[in-house]
Amino acid sequence: MRLLDSIGAALKDKGVEAPGSKAYWPILIYATLMAMAFLTLVPIVWMVLTAFKSAPEVAANPPTWWPREWHPENFAAAWTFAPFGRYLINSLVMVGGITILQTVTSALAAYAFARLQFRGRDLLFLLYLGTLMIPPQVTVIPQFILIKELDWVDTYQGLIIPQAFTAFGVFLLRQFFLGIPRELEDAARIDGASRFGCFWRIILPLSGPALATLAVFAFLFHWNNLLWPLIVSNSDATVPVVVGLRNFQGQYGTEWNLLMAAAAIATIPTVIVYLFAQRWFVRGITMSGFGGR
Amino acid sequence: MAGTARTGRTSEKVPWTKREHEGLAAGLFLLPNLIGFLIFTAIPVGAAFVLAFYDYDLLLGASWAGLENFREMFTTDEVFRAALFNTVYFTAVSVPLSVVLGLVTAMLVNQALRGIVIFRSIFLLPYVTVTVALSLVWKWIYLPDIGLINSVLGVFGIDGPPWLTSGTWAMPALILMSVWKGFGYNMVIFLAGLQSIPDHLYDAAKVDGATAWRRFLNVTLPLLSPTTFFVVVISVISSFQVFDQALIMTNGGPGTATTTLVLYIYQKGFQSFDMGYAAAVALVLFAAIFVFTVIQFMFQRRWVTYD
Repeated sequence: MRLLDSIGAALKDKGVEAPGSKAYWPILIYATLMAMAFLTLVPIVWMVLTAFKSAPEVAANPPTWWPREWHPENFAAAWTFAPFGRYLINSLVMVGGITILQTVTSALAAYAFARLQFRGRDLLFLLYLGTLMIPPQVTVIPQFILIKELDWVDTYQGLIIPQAFTAFGVFLLRQFFLGIPRELEDAARIDGASRFGCFWRIILPLSGPALATLAVFAFLFHWNNLLWPLIVSNSDATVPVVVGLRNFQGQYGTEWNLLMAAAAIATIPTVIVYLFAQRWFVRGITMSGFGGR
Repeated sequence: MAGTARTGRTSEKVPWTKREHEGLAAGLFLLPNLIGFLIFTAIPVGAAFVLAFYDYDLLLGASWAGLENFREMFTTDEVFRAALFNTVYFTAVSVPLSVVLGLVTAMLVNQALRGIVIFRSIFLLPYVTVTVALSLVWKWIYLPDIGLINSVLGVFGIDGPPWLTSGTWAMPALILMSVWKGFGYNMVIFLAGLQSIPDHLYDAAKVDGATAWRRFLNVTLPLLSPTTFFVVVISVISSFQVFDQALIMTNGGPGTATTTLVLYIYQKGFQSFDMGYAAAVALVLFAAIFVFTVIQFMFQRRWVTYD
């Protein structure tokens, strides 16, 4: 109730006395939160409601809040004007590929950095860390030239592979592995387990939360990411839904109901993942933030 | 440990072979990630620094340009100057707003009230929702005649500006949308910071007769300062990289009113295919982020207290 007290004190200083007791403060807090939640949700709710309106209703002045008639066929229309089914599949392949590649290879590398002794380990880790400081927009141009040389433009591997090997996953998992007591492995080592055996049977089963965090983070980030696929994809065969939505805007820029239907289609998967995996995502934000502390 | 090999005569060989195996094992563990990392992350980082000193065209190939790209950028290129200014403008306004809003929201949702978790989820929702989709919604919201904002303003008799097509209002509109989208992220970090402050410190302050406002100033703010520092650094870095909203909502316009550095890199590199020049602009972006971050680290001693 710290904040309640502080608001109370501030009001008291101004000569405003709370009638009765502090029982009123939770109501004040709720009211503030409700107002903020309303403002936060308005654009998202607006997107969904507009997606169901007819074309004349969308153009009406003043705008209507609740659709006068519901037109769920807007979704079907958007779906036929542009191959959103294909775009969604492309997004799933791209994001799934990146997430799996990144999580698996990062876990292996992070184990080496956290547990194994080898020459140049600290120097190599420093190289990984160093690239974390370079904004992705700096590497986008050389990466594209590389993709062009490999003839990977407009392919799934061009979308997936250059994005799957960033230092972030290695950094995050190494921090987590360092927190697992060594004694657990020492016992297994004495019983003759190999390094890989330790990794597979001891570290991985204990790392569910960290792996889930990294996977959820990667999924939401790459589903949302625009710049790289915008550069690499140029045909319906590979375009992920975010880029598809952008192209759709270019063609049907004024048909707001269809545009909002398409936007809702692109958004639904991230909202579902967020609702079900929220705590891993929140954990990821605080872990990557406080990992070094 | 392998380090005992030199002292223990009898066990001399065992640790050594163990160490050898460890090198091999390390190599195998590292290999899948390392190959990809070197080819697709580390080498491009190095190449970016080289490319900035070339004229590079996908069809014509590369030719040495020396400092020409940078000279052009800082002398004749007005769009670059606008992009740099716009990026700094965006950062200077949106960072304080989203940091303060993030802190206030974190304090509100740090209350032990029923259903508070739902509010936390709602405030983080815009952050995880697809930026392109949200940019389209906001484009609609900002429409001058039938858009939501001007309709609401109209109720109060205010004639709202043509937000996204106005040279004056396009940038504030972009900032408002970005703060709305991003403050939840700051809230999450601040919330973690608030929850790590031990209660006994507040109790001690209370015993000493500190008012709630004093406790906020003398307990919460100092103990939260490492968190605040982190949030500010991260917010500055990410707002220097703003791109999606600018591309979708205004495409940099009207004129160059909302052309940000990253949007300019995209336009130069992938619309005019002047890749050496785009790499040089990207390097300036990196330098700007680097300098701002170093400055913040230098000044942190003045206001950040570590326990």
